[in-house]
Amino acid sequence: MRKPSPYRLSESGPTMHVPDGFINAPVSVAAGVAAAAAVAVALRGASKELGGTSHAARHGGEKTAPLAGLVAAFVFAVQMLNFPVAAGTSGHLLGGALAAILVGPYTGVLVVSVVLLMQALLFADGGLTALGVNILLMGGVTVVVAYALFRTLVKVLPRRRSSVTAASFVAALVSVPAAAAAFTLLYAIGGTTDVPVGTVLAAMLGVHVLIGIGEALITAVTVGAVLAVRPDLVYGARDLAAPLKLRVGGALVDAPAREPEPASAPVHRHSTRRVWGVGAAAALVLAAFFSFYASASPDGLERVAADKGIDREVQDHGLADSPLADYGVAGIDDPRLSVGLAGAIGVAGTIALGTGVFTVVRRRRETPGHREQSDRQDRESV
Amino acid sequence: MGAGHAHRLYRQGDSAVHRLPPHCKLAAVFCFVLVVVCTPRTALWAFGAYALLLAAVAVTARVPIGFLLRRMLIEVPFVAFAFLMPFVVPGEQIQPLGFLPVSVSVPGLWDAWNVLAKATLGVAASVLLAATTELRALLLGLERLRLPPLLVQIATFMIRYGDVVTDEMRRMSVARRSRGFEASGPRHWAVLAKSAGALFIRSYERGERVHLAMLSRGYAGTMPVIDRVTASRAQWTAAAALPLAALLVCLLGWAL
Amino acid sequence: MSGTLAFVPSLDVRGLAYAYPDGHQALFGVDLTVERGERVALLGPNGAGKTTLVLHLNGILTAGAGTVAVAGLPVAKANLAEIRRRVGIVFQDPDDQLFMPTVREDVAFGPAAAGMRGPELEAAVRTALERVGMAEFADRPPHHLSFGQRRRVAVATVLVMEPEILVLDEPSSNLDPASRRELADIVRSLDVTVLMVTHDLPYALELCPRSVVLSEGVIAADAPTGELLADRELMRRHRLELPFGFDPAAAPVTPVTTTRKPGDR
Repeated sequence: MRKPSPYRLSESGPTMHVPDGFINAPVSVAAGVAAAAAVAVALRGASKELGGTSHAARHGGEKTAPLAGLVAAFVFAVQMLNFPVAAGTSGHLLGGALAAILVGPYTGVLVVSVVLLMQALLFADGGLTALGVNILLMGGVTVVVAYALFRTLVKVLPRRRSSVTAASFVAALVSVPAAAAAFTLLYAIGGTTDVPVGTVLAAMLGVHVLIGIGEALITAVTVGAVLAVRPDLVYGARDLAAPLKLRVGGALVDAPAREPEPASAPVHRHSTRRVWGVGAAAALVLAAFFSFYASASPDGLERVAADKGIDREVQDHGLADSPLADYGVAGIDDPRLSVGLAGAIGVAGTIALGTGVFTVVRRRRETPGHREQSDRQDRESV
Repeated sequence: MGAGHAHRLYRQGDSAVHRLPPHCKLAAVFCFVLVVVCTPRTALWAFGAYALLLAAVAVTARVPIGFLLRRMLIEVPFVAFAFLMPFVVPGEQIQPLGFLPVSVSVPGLWDAWNVLAKATLGVAASVLLAATTELRALLLGLERLRLPPLLVQIATFMIRYGDVVTDEMRRMSVARRSRGFEASGPRHWAVLAKSAGALFIRSYERGERVHLAMLSRGYAGTMPVIDRVTASRAQWTAAAALPLAALLVCLLGWAL
Repeated sequence: MSGTLAFVPSLDVRGLAYAYPDGHQALFGVDLTVERGERVALLGPNGAGKTTLVLHLNGILTAGAGTVAVAGLPVAKANLAEIRRRVGIVFQDPDDQLFMPTVREDVAFGPAAAGMRGPELEAAVRTALERVGMAEFADRPPHHLSFGQRRRVAVATVLVMEPEILVLDEPSSNLDPASRRELADIVRSLDVTVLMVTHDLPYALELCPRSVVLSEGVIAADAPTGELLADRELMRRHRLELPFGFDPAAAPVTPVTTTRKPGDR
């Protein structure tokens, strides 16, 4: 439960929740459709992430709902944990990168989406029509960018615990401004205000790089803390933790290596089909994105024209009497450039997103260590 | 959160608005906000009309205006942001306070107005929804609106265990402070983040135990639907009154 | 202990052995028979395998060797649904057990998962809640209840399934003395077989005429509770300790039956 103070948000520092009215209706609805698609993909993927398949077959049950629900409650709670910055101000964790690293990208998307949905419905935190935008940015971009980056770094860096922490740091650091850049892209397509896209991009990136640093520090230490106690619970680093565990269990004899292979084989065969499916979906999204982008550009011009009309009306009301001659030029030229820039960032982001999904799907394999751990935990509670 | 949320946001009542089925209310609020977002910013009177519509709902629901306004403070940081717009948007400049050398742009003022008006109406509508709908009903309504069942389940568990997890977090904070720890700056972040890590482990392990408890009572992947909310045609009509009235206003706003 | 009743025993565990996938072996051949209507306490030090055993009773864990049968029905994949209806496990933390938004829905979860709906379901829920004295709390969220109330609701969530055997995991933990007594009254009033896993030896003595000790993965002792608790050597060997000043010989062994009539289902 949030602290009873209604000033919760001002306490918790800047959030990225987009309100109603900031992005126009068509783009909001399109974002909603895209968000729904992302959630649908995540729903399919999450049950595997949480050890649902083999386990479910054996025990007739599905772990996703209780586990993701509890993790969502955790993210919700941890967003209230104040991290004092200086002079009475404090920040808090956004949690997208953390969720992705701890429970995997699919579950991460679900968890963040549910948190956003509940915040919009219960607190009016983030607009209802902007829900799709918010889910796409914080559930989609943040989680996928963070996870893709994390996995890449974990693969590249030496197999050490400190590498996992470092990878968490970088993943969280980049994921926050990445979402800000993605927001700028949406703004460029369907923003309702005339703030130049370049200004929006600069402001968003500037602020969110700062937020990202805080997010990165907290995420890295949190992941490190989990890693120290229950390394098996760090989804993104399971393949690092599993062999370590086995060696300890096997009385210091290096007998492992055998176990993961047979388990991963059938999954791998299965995943090639999924890779294609996801690839096709990514291509579709890309195509849709670009066509939409193309068709939306004239709208931008139309809007400027409309605004001129507005200005005339304003003038009639006697609010202003300065000439509006050069407004149009400045207003068009500047955004053009900025739109191009934002577009480039968006494309890069989308490609990273697509690649990330690929990487995730390809890398995913079932680790028997996971199940053992939950069993062991049951036993320890005797 | 769960119960706690219901406590603070939900206002016990037995008004016509409270009694409407949750999925009707959800759909109505969503459509209303969508219509608001579609309204041209120049139709100043239209936004006034929307505000009156919401006020009428608030009166019908017997939600005090003070309560409504207090809940809307969530918007405050965003308002501050909107106030920047007149300064950053290029375009024709005016000096609203003639004697001060402060100039703001006219399109910037329109932008600020547009975003503020729409966001405020959106927040007010959401607050009214939350104030007149119990948490449980909200979830049932989402289920009825064909949100994927798994998503509803996750939300249900989040609501159920939000309080439990938050209480755990509070106990950890009390334990920290009892040992003389008081976080006052970034150098204390490591300690806080470690608590967050511990909280995650506890939450995850509880999730596993909950799963065992569910299996023990016959869970096989789907939650049995025990309560199915239904709505009569009259209830749908009543709920539709708000977005339809808004739509009329919006169309007039475009036409005039 | 067996053979005195003509019925099939409620619970029949034979030669049960289990090792976790990581190789750690928790059970080394458990033999345990609980007759219908018996109340048996399962005692044992931490790590003895008590919870592991409990998770075998409704097939959450599958025996490595040996068999478990509930009222004659073997615990196997094919009968899992029926087994889980017959074995009602009340877990230690009621917050884990009560996972639904309201008390009523939580109690309804089990029978609804088994396909019960409508007025029949409502009646079953009401009856179960009445049996634990929580009927007036049906529409409350579990979080608003006291710990003792939550545990009673947890008992109701399995009672509603009309189980063959009720398994209570540490039922008295975290309860204040009044709640502890109320729960004891409820357990005594029930007309079901009870297996009670506990460290609370006076509670075992109060409620269960018979106790078994699980130690190092086997049943190390099986005797009337009073006798067992009085055997200091046995108690010491299995790390079981009575509370200070408690004398099992002095305690009333068979408490007076309470006003609740048994079997008001």
